[in-house]
Amino acid sequence: MEVKEQAQGRLDLDSIREKLSGQGGKRYWRSLEQVADTPEFQNWLEDEFPHRRSLLEIDRRSMLKVMGASIALAGLAGCRGPFLDQDKAVPYVKQPEEVVPGKPLFYASAMPVCGYGVGVLVEQHEGRPTKIEGNPDHPEALGASSAAMQASILSMYDPDRMQNVLQGTDISTWEEFGKVLKKALADQKATKGAGIRILTETVASPLMASALNDLLAEYPSATWHSWDPVNRDSVRMGAKAAYGKVVGTTYDFKSAKVVVSLDSDFLVTGPGSLRYSRDFMDGRRLEVTGGEMNRLYQFESFPTLTGTGADHRWAMKSSEIGSIAAYIANGLGISADGRPTPVDSGVLDKVIADLQANAGASIVVPGDDQPAAVHALCHAINEKLGNNDKTVFHGPRVDYGPEDQLSSIRQLADALKAKKVDLLLILGGNPVYDAPADLDFANLLVSAKLSVHHSAYFDETSKVCTWSLPQSHYLEEWGDVKAYDGTVSLIQPIIAPLFESKSHVEVLREFVGDARSGFDLLRSAYGSTLSGKAFDIALNAGIIANSTPKSVAISVTGSFPSLPAPVEGVEVIFREDPNLFDGRYANSGWLQELPKALSKITWDNAIHVSPKMAQSLGVQSEDEVILELNGATAKSGVWVMPGHPDDVVTILLGSGRTVGGTIAVGAGFNAYPMRRSESLSWSGGGKLTKGKGTFPLSSVQIHHSMEGRDIVRSGTLEEWRKDPTLTPENKHHLPDVSMYPDNVFNYDGPQWGMTIDLNTCIGCGACVTACQAENNIPVVGKDQVKRGRELHWIRIDRYYVGGPDQPEETVNQPVMCVHCEKAPCEPVCPVGATVHSHEGLNQMVYNRCVGTRYCSNNCPYKVRRFNYLNYVDNQDQFMVKEFDHPSPGIPMTDKKVIIPGKVTSEKTHGRSMLKMAQNPDVTMRGRGIMEKCTYCVQRINDTRIEAKKQGRDIKDGEIVVACQQACSTGAIVFGNVADKDSKVSKMRADKRSYLLLEELNTRPRTSYLGRVRNPNPEITA
Amino acid sequence: MAREPLNEYLITGEQTYASLDNTIGSMVLDGKRHKKNWYMTLGVAFMVMNLFLVSVAWLLYQGIGVWGNNVPTAWAFDIINFVWWIGIGHAGTLISAILLLVRQNWRNSINRFAEAMTLFAVMCAAQYPLLHTGRPWVAAYWLMPYPNIMGLWPQFRSPLIWDVFAVTTYALVSILFWFVGLIPDLATLRDKATNKVPKMIFGILSLGWRGSMKHWHRYEQAYLLLAGLSTPLVLSVHTIVSYDFAMSIVPGWNVTVFPPYFVAGAVFAGFAMVLLLAIPVRHIYGLKDMITDKHIDWMCKIMLATGLIVFYGYILEIFYAYYSANSVEIALAEWRFFGPYSWAYWSLIACNGIIPQVLWAPRMRRSLPVIMFVCVAISYGMWLERFVIIPMSLTRNYLPASDRMYYPTIVDFVMFMGTIGLFFFLMWLFIRFLPVINMFEMKDLLFKQNLERRAKEEAKEEVGAH
Repeated sequence: MEVKEQAQGRLDLDSIREKLSGQGGKRYWRSLEQVADTPEFQNWLEDEFPHRRSLLEIDRRSMLKVMGASIALAGLAGCRGPFLDQDKAVPYVKQPEEVVPGKPLFYASAMPVCGYGVGVLVEQHEGRPTKIEGNPDHPEALGASSAAMQASILSMYDPDRMQNVLQGTDISTWEEFGKVLKKALADQKATKGAGIRILTETVASPLMASALNDLLAEYPSATWHSWDPVNRDSVRMGAKAAYGKVVGTTYDFKSAKVVVSLDSDFLVTGPGSLRYSRDFMDGRRLEVTGGEMNRLYQFESFPTLTGTGADHRWAMKSSEIGSIAAYIANGLGISADGRPTPVDSGVLDKVIADLQANAGASIVVPGDDQPAAVHALCHAINEKLGNNDKTVFHGPRVDYGPEDQLSSIRQLADALKAKKVDLLLILGGNPVYDAPADLDFANLLVSAKLSVHHSAYFDETSKVCTWSLPQSHYLEEWGDVKAYDGTVSLIQPIIAPLFESKSHVEVLREFVGDARSGFDLLRSAYGSTLSGKAFDIALNAGIIANSTPKSVAISVTGSFPSLPAPVEGVEVIFREDPNLFDGRYANSGWLQELPKALSKITWDNAIHVSPKMAQSLGVQSEDEVILELNGATAKSGVWVMPGHPDDVVTILLGSGRTVGGTIAVGAGFNAYPMRRSESLSWSGGGKLTKGKGTFPLSSVQIHHSMEGRDIVRSGTLEEWRKDPTLTPENKHHLPDVSMYPDNVFNYDGPQWGMTIDLNTCIGCGACVTACQAENNIPVVGKDQVKRGRELHWIRIDRYYVGGPDQPEETVNQPVMCVHCEKAPCEPVCPVGATVHSHEGLNQMVYNRCVGTRYCSNNCPYKVRRFNYLNYVDNQDQFMVKEFDHPSPGIPMTDKKVIIPGKVTSEKTHGRSMLKMAQNPDVTMRGRGIMEKCTYCVQRINDTRIEAKKQGRDIKDGEIVVACQQACSTGAIVFGNVADKDSKVSKMRADKRSYLLLEELNTRPRTSYLGRVRNPNPEITA
Repeated sequence: MAREPLNEYLITGEQTYASLDNTIGSMVLDGKRHKKNWYMTLGVAFMVMNLFLVSVAWLLYQGIGVWGNNVPTAWAFDIINFVWWIGIGHAGTLISAILLLVRQNWRNSINRFAEAMTLFAVMCAAQYPLLHTGRPWVAAYWLMPYPNIMGLWPQFRSPLIWDVFAVTTYALVSILFWFVGLIPDLATLRDKATNKVPKMIFGILSLGWRGSMKHWHRYEQAYLLLAGLSTPLVLSVHTIVSYDFAMSIVPGWNVTVFPPYFVAGAVFAGFAMVLLLAIPVRHIYGLKDMITDKHIDWMCKIMLATGLIVFYGYILEIFYAYYSANSVEIALAEWRFFGPYSWAYWSLIACNGIIPQVLWAPRMRRSLPVIMFVCVAISYGMWLERFVIIPMSLTRNYLPASDRMYYPTIVDFVMFMGTIGLFFFLMWLFIRFLPVINMFEMKDLLFKQNLERRAKEEAKEEVGAH
């Protein structure tokens, strides 16, 4: 029987009656809609997430609120997502296998970081991924993670992500796009795809490479371009110059006794850095090596964390680094065009002697920002020192696509200029924002007849393209990716795509008419190599066993390209942002608020200069300066950075976005307009002038010296051998006398404690973000950070030792609640909201806290954090004012369009998406509540429950706290200090172990281990 | 220039009991004595008080993030203002209780006034401990020991709890003391009132006072007992307030001299405020015969004495820092001298340490403009003292990396202004509706003074007769 339909899907009651009356026997019906069986109802039934569409109607205002907060809270409410907006909790009718409500599951996957994969373990609560950890089986991660990896969970739930297919600025569908694409491809058939151009980022995914190759096979005249603004061209081209082909070079820092780094920040940035930092620190763990230490000589420009971890550090212009490489090469008997070096040759000779003394156990590692010539020289040096196959390994090339990305994007620009591009597919990336300024990419792009941007965000490039396609997050897609050493990991989705998004591979396959799902594509790609169970095993492990390519013995053949000339006058260095990278993570509140290494600036990028240069310019930190370079001007705050080379200005890429999300837009200034293709790493001709007044940068640290106090203990290896406690000379030891018997904590059972080894801590900040992810710590925004109200439970204190120009030492010290046994915060709380547990934890009872903040005043470590405002719900204070940052031109034509529109209900608010990222095991803190590090009490309790169930004690190392888990160098150890055999007890018993502010008699449970450096005794100063 | 002698007696002019009653009582009963000025002042105070209400509403809506407080500076204007107001209140109690016990008759003309000031200052102060908490709606009763099913009590080791008890006791005793002292005067007003409504109100408030011998006896006993109760409070309240700081381990707070130094500071600030109010009021309402130059002179001397104690406290703080050789304390002392807030420190030294020294000169103690200026300087200086102690100490820490600057917001200032508005609003209502000077004690004083005068005259006559 046909049911008549009325306009707009309204129910026709007559026809319903008619329909019901026509039934024989009993028929149960639930709603009139069901009986009417309208197409709307069918759609609603079939749609897995029927309320998803209303998500599109988040209005701009709420979006701003939400994104400003980046994180909203909700304790138990976190268990419900926007797609499960029923108020009732319904138990599973049929228990899914493995799922125990309240118990997380962990899945192995891999996160592509600038192309290269890092293995992750994803914590998933009832289908909702909540936390990223490093995959212990992955060669790079080894269980550790970086801040960017930690923050990727937030990016997935980012309501600013592109949620729909957009034609121009109008909402469309994949089907519509399919039709357009089909027509465009049909036109290209005749010319074998001569008008097709594909622009990717660095590709290290075999699956994607094969999809691209298949496409190129079908359209042989099509071209594949690659562009990453912070790319590894020099690495590839350096290898090519040295060996005649591109190789994948990896280092074994564990076996290296002497490392010379030429502007390389190998501990923190670049593929393999997690592994490298662990390996490098393995050579410095005095308690393991028995007093032996490797030695790092750092020649660098902009101060990096690797430089602060070095035993010797020399600051110089980036363009002068090459001369050091040439000098070392010449010293070893390799002919290179020598140049005057900024470092005294006597000193360099001693470095060379040290290298030679450790031939076969040394590494000379060049930075990615250094030109190919330096890389080629380093290859020759390492070969000459006999390091190849001992500490330096060369395997086949890991990534795919054009070797020289700069010339690749230039070719694309030329083709666009010549109007030869009919169909341009941009997979990821944001070339309009980050392509070299001289290419004028934004204007060229318009000449492409059909330009398609497949991207996670509607950004500067999407705005110019004719079609914008939403890209799946790596937690939503099937795929694969290679690690820095070539090991292949499989990427598996942990959640179904939140929006109508597809992966790069799925989009590429559409070009060749292959409509298979991501899973089928992956499965068939590994059909032969991983048949049957092997695929599941690989999926489970997160890596494909034995996929690491063997290293090959090769030797340097070619001649070296000449070194670029040093810059006369002021040199401007472009560096990727330590947190935001090239700008790809700019919309992550966690990464924006993570204090940048050394400068501790949040939400902004400064113009960095040396103290001397600042003096001659007559400015101090946070004064406004104007930088003119290559026809572009930038105005920002100046940051006077000790250890910065003179006559050099460093600016960070990745800020100053104009489109691409609420958080990204308006934070910092854009450095790309100054960056031209001939000077991607550095440029001469910059002019820095003093601006008007000040420019607050929201740095979280105002004092930078230890002021002679015993805060970070450090010394040289020799000093350590003389006095392994590294006690400063002026330290008075007070006798430990008390009127009371000292059995306050004389309980049976475990006593929790922590050690932080400052010798292996590199200050990268991964722990800060890991803690933020684990403990649901809200982002507070730039203004609140400026006021001093950031909520991070861990802060990394940075102190300079010695003169301001070139400090002798720069130390990093993570400080979180040290869980004093005699905690000063406890007796002053008028309501007893902070109390001690029998296991030695200093606990906050959030429910009891009335917020007098006396505990914070009385905390000598100042690790307590206060919710001055409702950072979680009431987000007005984060509002980006429209007149401050003119609207980036996000489509306004359709009411249903992505960002603007009406809020239809609280549940479709973007905030409820961010709620899904919350850890359900951790209580959210509202306004007026004090909070602080809990030693991850939720993890302790989890483990205790498991141990109790099994009727045993908690094993040593069974509890891993979030910061410890993220730490790539294993600087943080947590465990039972009452157990004398536990690792933490042994670390505490180490002579280097000391208690911070011991003289206050607070008796912290966290102890620090002093920092030991190993400078070359022959080199002074 | 020859020094003009001070008045010999505490009540000047030709006064009779009736004239005293009239001068003081008519301020309440005769509306015409309050000119346009009263209405204007009250109106301004009312408007400023509304600022307070607005800022409190905003505070409750948004949270205390509307202030400039941060970590490490978790206490700032909130506690500064609390301590400042509490301190101002102290002079009232000192005048009423201690001076009563030591039989200082000159207090009779200023005690009512000072007690009212105490009360209103405590009311202003009491806003802060509650409103400064993150969750005032629970702090309002969780800080009180009330029996509950969870067996939860306040934490009695916390100085903040001592504070709660100290301040509530203080407020309670002050109200009782003030009211008991008012009863005979209220009865006088009841008897003198011609209108029905005031007559009825004063009738109820005077609690059936008939002035019988028995009544006077009971009254004197009760008043003396209350004075005895209040006396320790003068010392204890500010001592306990100072414990909020002295009991902590914060550099700059953990100082043993705080209790006496705070008490002296409180009396210092309190007398400055009494003078600031008394001088214009006695001028406007013609009370110069009752609040005489002698009163002002003596109050100045008390300020001078307490000011020196306070100044001694400042010197001791510096001494402690250097004598202890504690690098953290020394760094804080130098932060005060040379740091970004050094202007506050040096203004404090100028206002509290140097400017009050002009009061050594008797001539200055008679010049009302000079006294007014000194009193304003002291009030400002005492506020700065708390600024120096509270937020300035907190900005400097044991770990230099946790140092952060503190900047107040507009709401901080508005709220402080608002409490000043509240204070003056209440004060002006008091002037209008209650006798500002204790009438019966003045009459008592006049009686004694007349006796004394007569005795002197008789002695003179006797001398003359011989």
